[in-house]
Amino acid sequence: MLELVDLSHTYGSYRAIDRVNLKVAQGEVVCIVGPSGCGKSTLLRSIAGLIKPTGGTVLLDGKPVDGSPENLAVVFQDYSRSLYPWMSALANVGLPLRRRGLDRKRRDAAAMAALEQVGLAGAAAKFPWEMSGGMQQRVSIARALAYQPKLLLMDEPFGSVDAQTREELEDLTLRVCAHHGMTILLITHDVDESVYVGDRVVVLSKAPGTVVGDLTVQLPGPRDQIHTRELDAFVRLRAEVGRLVRGMTPHRNGVETR
Amino acid sequence: MPKVNGASLLRGLIGTAGLLVVLEAAGRLGAWDTERLPLVSTVLLRAGELLTDPEFLVSARSSLTTWALALLVTIAIAVPAGLLLGMVKPAEVAVRPLIEFLRPIPSVALIPLVILLYSETTHMRITVAVYAALWPVLINTIYGVRDVDPLAKETLRSFGFGPGSVAYRVVLPGAAPFIATGIRLAASVAIVLVVTSELIAGGIEGIGVYITIAQSGNRLDLMIGATILVGLFGILVNALLVAGENRLFRWHRARAGAAT
Amino acid sequence: MRRATSGVLRFWIVPVTLVLWELLTRMTESPFFPPPSRIVGQFYDMWLSGPVSQLLLTDSALDTFGPSLGRLLAGWTIAGVLGIALGVALGRIRGLAEYTDPVLQFLRALPPPLLVPIFFVLFKIGTPTQLAVIVFGVIWPVLVNTTDGVRAVDKGFLETARVFQFSRYDILRRVILPSAMPKIFAGLRLSLSLALILMVVSELVGSNSGIGYSLLYAQQSYDYAGVWAHIVLLGVLGLLFNALFLVAEGRVLSWHANARRNV
Repeated sequence: MLELVDLSHTYGSYRAIDRVNLKVAQGEVVCIVGPSGCGKSTLLRSIAGLIKPTGGTVLLDGKPVDGSPENLAVVFQDYSRSLYPWMSALANVGLPLRRRGLDRKRRDAAAMAALEQVGLAGAAAKFPWEMSGGMQQRVSIARALAYQPKLLLMDEPFGSVDAQTREELEDLTLRVCAHHGMTILLITHDVDESVYVGDRVVVLSKAPGTVVGDLTVQLPGPRDQIHTRELDAFVRLRAEVGRLVRGMTPHRNGVETR
Repeated sequence: MPKVNGASLLRGLIGTAGLLVVLEAAGRLGAWDTERLPLVSTVLLRAGELLTDPEFLVSARSSLTTWALALLVTIAIAVPAGLLLGMVKPAEVAVRPLIEFLRPIPSVALIPLVILLYSETTHMRITVAVYAALWPVLINTIYGVRDVDPLAKETLRSFGFGPGSVAYRVVLPGAAPFIATGIRLAASVAIVLVVTSELIAGGIEGIGVYITIAQSGNRLDLMIGATILVGLFGILVNALLVAGENRLFRWHRARAGAAT
Repeated sequence: MRRATSGVLRFWIVPVTLVLWELLTRMTESPFFPPPSRIVGQFYDMWLSGPVSQLLLTDSALDTFGPSLGRLLAGWTIAGVLGIALGVALGRIRGLAEYTDPVLQFLRALPPPLLVPIFFVLFKIGTPTQLAVIVFGVIWPVLVNTTDGVRAVDKGFLETARVFQFSRYDILRRVILPSAMPKIFAGLRLSLSLALILMVVSELVGSNSGIGYSLLYAQQSYDYAGVWAHIVLLGVLGLLFNALFLVAEGRVLSWHANARRNV
């Protein structure tokens, strides 16, 4: 459903990403991982239509993307700059639905349902500044869910919360997204997270970022923070991705690449 | 305020020229009765002529003197008072309510009273202007004194300097950028109050008086021309003071990221 | 409880000043400086000895305050609406601010009281002149602050709006304006205190109603206590407006105060 063809972007003389090619199928959860400064965010922002890439194309359902595509939602890393502090959680979640032509009552109902799915039914009337970072990021996820996008982009979504909250949010994301059958592109610098969350892990090199590895993750579901991370397959995959991220030669022992 | 560079300066000139041309054309094409409200070109011409008109210059000199004296008196009162209130915390706490009660009283409301008090019009105008211009200097000075690094004060005190010395050597220079900002604001306020008191209380000389006389002759061209000159004078004073601040207090702007 | 007492104690200087002032004026007996007790008495007689049904305000108070406050609030409201609208345009339409900056800087530098006689010649005496002066004089703080606030909207807020495809109206109404609101309110507050000043100026220079006119009348009848009472009245109005505005601001911008406290 999503296809990147030779996607490149330069800021002045600085090449952030260079000829990235990637195909994502409907319903896949793809994690993009890479060292800091590998143009991960540039990649995501190009797909979201927030910047115009200087080269190559983004195809969504076969059509080139120009501006912010419809049916696409983003969960940003910095929830404090993405949730509106002058609105309650419910209003924040419901706001994008105005574009969907729903009346107030149905917007509120849909927003409430999404908040329930992320376990925040009781906090609908709260304002962002009354919530912990983890709660705020749940609201961001609820907003994306209520919007019912076909493609969900997540930019380091759990980068600003503590480790325990991070694990909770990873599981929450896996659960609700499987439920909705959404296609997800998640960007992270965390090797563990990419293997744990993804069906596929795409590794970008240091700037200018290009695809240096594309691994299929085959782990038995449902995934579990303790047991999944103990599995031999998980450990091997993690090591492989780690080597790729550090720019070392991969071993390919029992790891399926594409 | 947009940053000033070549391109934005050019755009500003284009915008200004465009507006003047449109206004002039509208006036000439009969958008309004130019007997009553003169053309832009007439007004600008008149403003230029006023600069060499002896009658206007006498008035301008009088207003200018009043303004300068008012500003000096303001500084002489507000800076020491601000230093004292800023350095002696209990004094500030005590006087604060009085300041809060006195500050909202519009200075212009004092004009009818002050007219009765002074036989000399210049004194009356200065009093009115000082009452309004006092506050920005006072508040900024207090704020500036608070901002002075306590370590610098302690250091000097530990070397046995007395409070007067500390005030002169550390507090005053440290608070100077804030005081300068206060004085700049006060300069603008004082211009307004000087011409306003001339306008309301009358007298023999002063731009406000000149405008009143022009009004009795229905000379809108002279009234607007004089008003334009006052506005330009305000811009000039402000620009000079800003330039002075930038020059003197570069260290401060670099440190604090500039407070206005 | 302790905070309440310390709050009262904080104001000890006010009664002390009043008592000293009273003693001093009684001793000097200058006609220009009547004792505060006489000023308060005059204040009461003129404006506060009315029936309960009029909140104790006398007919004279209603006749004097009504036109003044009406003009003040009308002028301030018009200036607020215009200032916000123009400020949004200047802040959001690229290049517009650069083209208009010199003209706006110039207009802002004109002392508003000087416009009173000019508007008189144009509109003759009366409310239109006074409204024009107030609007012209107080629009600038709103305009400048709105422009600044609208420009400084966090990029993250706007990107979110773009990703979720908000309509242009929603971006303005639900993202840009609320985000700029704290600055806009700061401008509106400054404008309100300026509006009080310009109201007095316009009524002093030429009017046949309102507080400024009444003040001039007291002066011309050598009613010194009356003149002082007017000055006190204007100070009280200034304080009152400011306090009311702060209450309103606290309600509208509660998110802002709280969001800042929690960061």
